[in-house]
Amino acid sequence: MSGLIADLTHHLPALQVVVPLVAAPLCLLAGRAWLAWIIAFAASASATVTATILAYLTFHNGAISYHMGGWAPPWGIEYVVDTANAFILMLVSAISTVVLAYSPASVAREIRPGSQHLFYCMFILCLTGLLGITVTGDAFNVFVFLEISSLSSYALIAMGGQRKALTAAFQYLIMGTIGATFFLIGVGLLYMMTGTLNMADMQARIPSLQDSRPVLAAFAFITVGLALKAALFPLHLWLPNAYAFAPSAVSAFMAATATKVSLYVLLRFTFTIFGAKFAFLNLPLHWVLLVPAVIAMFAGSFSAIFQRDIKRMLAYSSIAQIGYITLGISLASSAGIAAALIHIFNHGLMKAALFCAIGCIFYRIGTTRIEQMAGLGRQMPWTTTAIVVAGLSLLGVPLTAGFISKWYLVQAALQADLWWLVVLVVLSSMLALVYIWRLVEAMYFKEPPPGRGAVAEAPLSMLVPTLLLAGANIYFGIDTRVPVAMSESAATLLLRGQM
Amino acid sequence: MLQAILDHYNYWIAIFLMMVGFYTVVARSNLIKKLVGLNIFQTSVFLLYISMGKVTGGTAPILDDRFSIYSNPIPHVLILTAIVVGVATTALGLALVVRIRESYSTIEEDELNLADGET
Repeated sequence: MSGLIADLTHHLPALQVVVPLVAAPLCLLAGRAWLAWIIAFAASASATVTATILAYLTFHNGAISYHMGGWAPPWGIEYVVDTANAFILMLVSAISTVVLAYSPASVAREIRPGSQHLFYCMFILCLTGLLGITVTGDAFNVFVFLEISSLSSYALIAMGGQRKALTAAFQYLIMGTIGATFFLIGVGLLYMMTGTLNMADMQARIPSLQDSRPVLAAFAFITVGLALKAALFPLHLWLPNAYAFAPSAVSAFMAATATKVSLYVLLRFTFTIFGAKFAFLNLPLHWVLLVPAVIAMFAGSFSAIFQRDIKRMLAYSSIAQIGYITLGISLASSAGIAAALIHIFNHGLMKAALFCAIGCIFYRIGTTRIEQMAGLGRQMPWTTTAIVVAGLSLLGVPLTAGFISKWYLVQAALQADLWWLVVLVVLSSMLALVYIWRLVEAMYFKEPPPGRGAVAEAPLSMLVPTLLLAGANIYFGIDTRVPVAMSESAATLLLRGQM
Repeated sequence: MLQAILDHYNYWIAIFLMMVGFYTVVARSNLIKKLVGLNIFQTSVFLLYISMGKVTGGTAPILDDRFSIYSNPIPHVLILTAIVVGVATTALGLALVVRIRESYSTIEEDELNLADGET
């Protein structure tokens, strides 16, 4: 028995990806929505347990290296789990599990009866891709998993009820493929120069090739490709429609995880493979990331203010929040990276809660237009409470998770003597206040529109996960030990021996 | 100068195809043509990888006593994976175009934007 447990523990990094990967075709074969849901939920829950154990092990015992198929790196594919990616694994799998718990009622309302099991199949495949990107220590493997997650997310977005979902998915397909192909070019150029695909091996070989043009070009291609996948301004054009027209559960899952995983890969390539010296001293990555990040903070929030559709508003808000995360990365300091990782985690919590709550409203009133949400505060008190809590977290009000993010971000900016950044962060948070207030005003201070009958509270199966996510925003605003300890350990790890 | 271009002709072909594909994606409004452009764009990267693995004077990587220099098979194998991804992307893209045509009765981007603006 203890032998079996030791074996299982040894294979955890592989199981992290293999379990959901096997679950996906099983969902397809299941053919029925409820059976597919059970399979997907079980796989996602097991991925969460795996990620939590891995995070515990790496935090206490250091990084784990797993040799796929027993082939030693750098020849074989290596999976490497350290505190940086264990943290992301935990976030992605936990959000996926909560969103899956939320999804049955929502999916029954939004997806055609015949294709509901396909929804779960694609959902769990998307999870597989995101987990694979995060766990692998092989540059080409990142591309393969990136495409697994992208292709399944195009299909998921196209399942949205309106016909606009189709054009949104097509637009995302074009831009996402260009981004992934840019990444592929970058990896190819790196392979050409280093003769290896293993990330640790590349890291050892790049310092002697710093000035070679293919390595510089590789860095540019990889950064731009990943910025496209992460929807960093001005490469964000695919995002608003994709999030606005996707099914509610997909919006919640993708807003909380997909762009975050791309940002993690950007961190990994910039700091672990190329090294901070190469990116920030030889090349001006600081400004290349800082300027779009600041523009994103303002442009995203400004656009959010003028949206009539709440899902679209939240999508634009995501672009602004990605700006904050990139801002932390651009500082290239231990404090900045920790702030970026903390915000990746906290923004995942708040956007998942907000999109889930909007999904609850859509379930009842069948629209996400702001004027139709008037007066919902009295009719759906719990859902609107979740929106207010997550909204406060988005603003960065003390005692919510968002405050912790902003606090660490501001401290990182001060540490870098960039006090004007602090002013910009606070100013752009004020813009968030404007668009969140519009929503609160509509829900609590306006009379219901004429012609809308009585609206009941959302079903418990949707409400409980939504409130759980909203509660997590408060919990992680008070007890910050886990995200802060993990992020700081990850930041130290990413910057080890640099700058 | 000319010699430098000729020596690296494989890269020039890859770059030319890449730009042709990229331009088609950006400039064409017909969704099918966009997908064709995307395919050319991806194929150029396949060629970049495949030509990268060629070792001057090397033969196919099959162990044999008569040969000592082999081409590097790894980029070729990598690109097999990327080709599969490309096929899947094209299939999904075409499926979306079929569905778009069914619900909008057009696959021209400007007409789609017009239709979306009205609804």
